[in-house]
Amino acid sequence: MASAATTLTGAPGAPGAPGAPGAPGAPGATRRGPSLPTRVLRFVSRHLVATAAALTLLYMFLPVFVVVLFSFNDPAGRLNYTWNSFTVSNWANVCGVPGMCDAVWLSIQIALLATVVATGLGTLIAFALARHRFRGRAATNLLIFLPMATPEVVMGSSMLALFVNANLIALGFWTILLAHVMFCISFVVVTVKARLSGMDARLEQAAMDLYADEWSTFRRITLPLAMPGIVAAALLAFALSFDDFIITNFNSGSTVTFPMYVWGAAQRGVPPQVNVIGALMFLVALAVVLGGQLANAARTRRP
Amino acid sequence: MSNSGVAGAGAALRLDGLTKRFGDFLAVDDLHLDIPEGSFFALLGPSGCGKTTTLRMVAGLEAPTSGRIILGEEDVTDRRPYKRPVNTVFQSYALFPHLDIQENIAFGLRRRGQKDIPRQVKETLELVQLGGYERRRPSQLSGGQQQRVALARALINHPRVLLLDEPLGALDLKLRRQMQLELKRIQLEVGLTFVHVTHDQEEAMTMADTIAVMNAGRVEQLGDPASLYESPATVFVANFLGQSNLVQARVSGRSGNDLLLDVAGQRLAMPADRSRATSETVFVGVRPEKIHLATGNARETGDSRSAMGANQLSGVITDTSFTGTSTQFLVRTSWGQELVVFAQNTSAERRSATPGETVVLHWHPAHTFAFDRSAEAHAVEPVAEESAPVSRVKVTG
Amino acid sequence: MSALTAVRGGAPPAPAEPVRRRRRWVPYALLLPGLVWLAVFFLAPMATLFSTSLQVGSIDEGYRPAFRVANYTEALSAFSEQFFRSFGYAAMATVLALLVSYPLAYAIAFKAGRWKNVLLVLVIAPFFTSFLVRTLAWTAILGDQGLLLGQLKEIGVLSPDFRLLARPFAVILGLTYNFLPFMTLPLYASLERIDRRLLEAAGDLYSSAFTTFRKVTFPLSLPGVVAGTLLTFIPAAGDYINQRLLGTPRQSMIGTVIDSQFLRVLDYPSAAALSFTLMVSIVVLVWFYVRRAGTEELV
Repeated sequence: MASAATTLTGAPGAPGAPGAPGAPGAPGATRRGPSLPTRVLRFVSRHLVATAAALTLLYMFLPVFVVVLFSFNDPAGRLNYTWNSFTVSNWANVCGVPGMCDAVWLSIQIALLATVVATGLGTLIAFALARHRFRGRAATNLLIFLPMATPEVVMGSSMLALFVNANLIALGFWTILLAHVMFCISFVVVTVKARLSGMDARLEQAAMDLYADEWSTFRRITLPLAMPGIVAAALLAFALSFDDFIITNFNSGSTVTFPMYVWGAAQRGVPPQVNVIGALMFLVALAVVLGGQLANAARTRRP
Repeated sequence: MSNSGVAGAGAALRLDGLTKRFGDFLAVDDLHLDIPEGSFFALLGPSGCGKTTTLRMVAGLEAPTSGRIILGEEDVTDRRPYKRPVNTVFQSYALFPHLDIQENIAFGLRRRGQKDIPRQVKETLELVQLGGYERRRPSQLSGGQQQRVALARALINHPRVLLLDEPLGALDLKLRRQMQLELKRIQLEVGLTFVHVTHDQEEAMTMADTIAVMNAGRVEQLGDPASLYESPATVFVANFLGQSNLVQARVSGRSGNDLLLDVAGQRLAMPADRSRATSETVFVGVRPEKIHLATGNARETGDSRSAMGANQLSGVITDTSFTGTSTQFLVRTSWGQELVVFAQNTSAERRSATPGETVVLHWHPAHTFAFDRSAEAHAVEPVAEESAPVSRVKVTG
Repeated sequence: MSALTAVRGGAPPAPAEPVRRRRRWVPYALLLPGLVWLAVFFLAPMATLFSTSLQVGSIDEGYRPAFRVANYTEALSAFSEQFFRSFGYAAMATVLALLVSYPLAYAIAFKAGRWKNVLLVLVIAPFFTSFLVRTLAWTAILGDQGLLLGQLKEIGVLSPDFRLLARPFAVILGLTYNFLPFMTLPLYASLERIDRRLLEAAGDLYSSAFTTFRKVTFPLSLPGVVAGTLLTFIPAAGDYINQRLLGTPRQSMIGTVIDSQFLRVLDYPSAAALSFTLMVSIVVLVWFYVRRAGTEELV
């Protein structure tokens, strides 16, 4: 942690580092400089955090590397767990495996729809929480928080219980969609609310002072400034929906989304095309996020 | 939605019994103010005195608990902010970060459906000396530049009253002085009514035609800078604007046009029409820079009344400070109070007065002011009404 | 200066509108759609779950509403082992995640400088690959002949029947891995908010680097720690994917049981009882944990 202090002060003899002249009444040591063990300790500690952080990042990316790597694998048998030989045929023939691309397409459709609905509903709630006074705020906060605190097993199984008991809708596309919107709303609310809370309320007052009525103020000031938060919430909702397995599994009936396809394949033998999809997801998402960052940077830099 | 009325003509603003309560806290207490059109008016006071709240009520950003706001001939009290021909320059500038300078300044014009925007923006930018900055973004500008953009954004709409909420607070000293003169120049050129809120008494005195000194939600005194300074009506005003020596005294009689006062056995005189006192127990005051120090020499030469100020008090110097343009003396009087004297360092030789020396303080009677000592001192207003608000004077003595 | 001196004919001033308090219903209108959705698809299912957990019958006869509390006692006694195992694994995974994430969050908050945003993207990026695909990748990494073990066994460092998969170790590793972003980001957020000058002040007051961390940085990061641990523990306790993919039925967790009871055994009351108990125990745990840690607003 000495490194933190070093970064702050820029001085090599960081204040408070062990053995440094920060301690009052340490006569001899101050003249000669810190002793060798102290120097070693300081070197290690200075890089300890960085090393640990790098290791953690490595740990996080290791499976991703493997996924990408094995998407180029031509597996010997059914299982894609050992490296056999390099091939690009998996990429060239992504939809060669029956059922997978249908599952991917279904997941995309559900995710898009769920994103739109959840972002809409969640943004409305976030605005109410961040910009208005009303009664029942505590209860609302609780209701928003609960789905984030409930294990997916519980949420999925309870929705199944509801659908089975109510017997109104057949299990399938629509029940999956209803479930996805439900668990996405909370995350949207939290994300958008955070963005709104950070916004300067005086900007809206300035707009009204400059002849913009409530709707105009919202449209020209509040919404554009809140948009990064809303977009972030939408991306989050999309990711959560696309990748959801447990809740979907409970409520899908015989419909198959991509995660469910993978699950089923895990028993039989996962085709390498699954890795291709996984790698694609990663790359597309990365491109979207980085693209957003670049666009943001470009916009602020423009003279 | 265009309510700006006729461009270039400021409106008179009248606040009638304006009150604002936040729960138990009374921020603005029954305020009565008449601000003439085309004037530069300052609301001066310490933090928390209610000046910003008053401003926000005029802008429509805060709803008054009671009272009316009358702009020119119209009662705007119940109108939304976007329906008032009033614009605000915010303390934090509140520039829209996602719009460039041109769109920021043109914002009000666009909302009112005005045409010919680029030309107007260009002219206004030139007025605030930021020509050519149309395409920049607020984040690329310095504090001073942002402040001028905020000003331009408000001015371009020709509001009948322009409200400024401590707009110079975030600027460094030199820039602030420069902007003070700028604002004054623009106001004179454009002829709008400016209402400027500040806690800086020098700033208020420099820029404003009329100042209302506020304290704890009430106006303590209203007047032009000179009157406020030379003739304060309450302890608060006497101490808030510059420094004052306030001494407890008793009215002992009259002599011609003069009021006679007794201070611990010594007699002072002042023109009766300068006194705001209505009772016998008063505070008598004189500004430190109006007092002269006479050392032993001057007394022994037996100067007559015409050479020395007619009001005299003797005392002992307890401290001196050299501050460059003047020397500050602390003099302890016979009854134990320490008075402050500023003596300009204009003489060629250095002052000989040193701590421990006995001196005579003297000043011209016309530089004296006085007001009631009791807690029920009246705040002075040009429009005297029966229900003149009574201000609470914090007696600091 | 013509812009400022030209006489412009403005529209006559609008008649004064009374300040209508019509805006009072706006927040409720904003809240209504979303909250209704949550009420119908979260609260109602919870109620249904509860009532299902008390039903009697069997899959052949059908289930009917009742008040059979014994469902709970039977289910819990049959599957108490899985319950405890779940909480145990989740706790271990949470602690590990905290230990692993903290240096990373710290590094991003304090030492990253210009690279902060890039690093944050890197933290979230693996999240974009499908959860299942990522977990399956661990199978490849930890497999008996996989990337890690295969080579080591070839050169004889490990015995041929050494395995990492099909053991609690692999399950916990998977659990730790999958929720790392949930731990790292809240930690980062609260570390980021710490005023650097507090650390300087501590150093100025003779505090060593480690003491500064112990007495200033870490306590100030507690809200992030609380949020991160909750966001990790809760899903981990109910997870069964890691166990199914990386472990064996011997490591079976309560989520596994609920899944199989609901979807294979079709013993709805029992499954619902287990599910509801899981939920309640988590809520209770969270309640005490948050009270203890003293964080009011989590949302």
